[in-house]
Amino acid sequence: MEKAIKRFWPVFVLPTFAAFLIGFVWPFLQGLYLSFCKFTTIDKAQWNGLKNYLYALTEAEFLHSFWFTALFTVVSTICINVAAFAIALALTRSIKGTNVFRSVFFMPNLIGGIVLGYIWNILLNCALTLLGKPLLSLHAPYGFIGLVILMCWQQIGYMMIIYIAGLQSIPNDYLEAARIDGANDRQILWRIKIPNVMPSITICLFLSLTNGFKLFDQNLALTAGEPNHLTEMLALHIYNTFYARSGAVWKGYGQAEAVLFCILVIAISLVQLRATRSKEVQQ
Amino acid sequence: MSKKLLSLALTAAMALTLLAGCGGNTTTSGSVSGSSSGAGADGAKGEVYYLNFKPEQDEAWQALAKAYTEETGVPVTVVTAASGTYETNLMSEIAKSNPPTLFQVNGPNGLANWKDYCYDLTGTPVLGELTSEDYALKDGDATLGIAYVIESYGIITNKTLLEQAGYTVEDIQSFEDLKKVAEDITARKDELGFAAFTSAGMDGSSDWRFKTHLANLPIYFEYQDDGIGTTEAIKGTYLDNYKAIWDLYINNSTCAPTELASKTGSDAESEFINGQAVFFQNGSWEYGALTAGGMTDDQLAMIPIYIGAGDEANQGLCTGTENYWCVNKDASPENIQATLDFMYWCVTSETGTAAMANDMGFVIPFKGAQESNNLFVKQDAEMTAAGKTPVSWNFPTMPSEQWKNDLGSALTAYAAGTGDWDAVVSAFVDNWAAEYALLNG
Repeated sequence: MEKAIKRFWPVFVLPTFAAFLIGFVWPFLQGLYLSFCKFTTIDKAQWNGLKNYLYALTEAEFLHSFWFTALFTVVSTICINVAAFAIALALTRSIKGTNVFRSVFFMPNLIGGIVLGYIWNILLNCALTLLGKPLLSLHAPYGFIGLVILMCWQQIGYMMIIYIAGLQSIPNDYLEAARIDGANDRQILWRIKIPNVMPSITICLFLSLTNGFKLFDQNLALTAGEPNHLTEMLALHIYNTFYARSGAVWKGYGQAEAVLFCILVIAISLVQLRATRSKEVQQ
Repeated sequence: MSKKLLSLALTAAMALTLLAGCGGNTTTSGSVSGSSSGAGADGAKGEVYYLNFKPEQDEAWQALAKAYTEETGVPVTVVTAASGTYETNLMSEIAKSNPPTLFQVNGPNGLANWKDYCYDLTGTPVLGELTSEDYALKDGDATLGIAYVIESYGIITNKTLLEQAGYTVEDIQSFEDLKKVAEDITARKDELGFAAFTSAGMDGSSDWRFKTHLANLPIYFEYQDDGIGTTEAIKGTYLDNYKAIWDLYINNSTCAPTELASKTGSDAESEFINGQAVFFQNGSWEYGALTAGGMTDDQLAMIPIYIGAGDEANQGLCTGTENYWCVNKDASPENIQATLDFMYWCVTSETGTAAMANDMGFVIPFKGAQESNNLFVKQDAEMTAAGKTPVSWNFPTMPSEQWKNDLGSALTAYAAGTGDWDAVVSAFVDNWAAEYALLNG
């Protein structure tokens, strides 16, 4: 078997590797090049030097959307993971109908972001109208809360499944031994369960952090950046820079912002991965 | 054993992915070779690829393309971009190896993006068919675009409801009249069972009616006063009138002004069709939807949008165009020729002009145009014949989409009471200069 793999590895690796090069590496490099250009279509790009980056780094709205996105990511990551973990704990006890609950909680994740955005837009606006409050697209704090609610609703079920898998993989011996030694529920949770599900926590944090930063569909459908770009997150801001004004130079600005955005997301997720990995334990 | 099974399964899955990839390739290459073999058969004739801007006319264009292919054997592909995605589609399509040969821009600002891609139409037969030079879009000496449709907008009125309220369209000859009628209807709203205006929805599907089309009026009157056709800094002379008409719309509507932020274009359309409101600001392109919804010509009329400026007695509908055809310069010579022939055929042949007039409801600015069955278009012609001056479309000179969006936000906030009118003025006047500087900077 091993011999065969040694001889035939190109058959298995090369197609995927080629797809990776064509579908990811090449467009990425091209995008990097374009971020130094002004262009309307990618085959007719003109060199524009560092001007694009200077613009992106000094534009007030770009910085605002960065801070808005950062705040959103922190709040939504905490809400999603705390809630998902709590539900996972509840659903790993032997309650009747656990499977039904699990499926139901997971379902929102099956609906696409745009659709969810519009559904929640209607729901929340309706509630706000009844309360006599300004609608989502008129009041930035409501827009922010709306986005957090929407993301929680969509993501909690997904993260819950990952946490359930983690919790179920904890050997029963540990729990029994702890109980015999007289540990109470709180001690079991903090000393046994959480350290043992650290790999799940790593994955869930990674997913919700990057999801939060890259959020686009839900942002577009729920608030579209209103009022006055106050709820515009990074991805939507880049999109708007790209399309809201005519002229080749704006495409370059948008592209430069996109490259900065990409570097940012990679950096943040690397830091997070390193931080949580170091807390993982061997079973 | 189980490990072996697992690796076998994984290998199978990988092989399947590979096959799926190949399968995908085969189909695309199949379709490409299909079209190129089509081109081979009619090699000398070239082919036409039209990226259409107007979703409401998609079916009609498909039918017309088919008719042209049957008549001449030249393949015509019509692809329609979904509403609001034309620029994105055009950007990706035009970079492909088989780019659109015919596309459209929305006036001088749209042309700024695409002028390097436009074929100079000077001296082509289709340009010679235009009824007026005004309908050509120029950049210096070169003619890069030609308008292919003239449209009108105004306040679409449900005459039946207006009569129930005790008025006729003839009673409305100025902003004062409109205000009087609208406020009277609002005062008797419960008794009558309908409102004056449909909801002035500020959702993305409807806000262009106000941030672009309604905003055209203060711009038009200012341009008239100054005798100009475009400006780098708007003064906002008529913004008080803009405020007056906007107040009228939002305070005499089917819903509370605070709810407008979430109202859509189809909300307003269905309110109008269902007889919940008398007035509906929209254009001649809406005729198809209204008649399909069961409204008849006897019920409908379009009146000018009066804002209390200029010579109201002689004000006509807002008539103009933001739809310009451009031919792709980078297409092969035979495809360019095929495209020019197709355009010429559309605006001169019996089939082409009939389809554009009747199926699409267009008035086309070409000599061979046929009379359209579109009621609003006919009314525009009648008003012009009666000596009224149409309000020209100046909104293509708005500096950017960003300008329109920011104006829309400010209008929405003002309507809901979370913002004030000063913000609208600032979005209108200050942003104009700022965006204009960015556009040309």
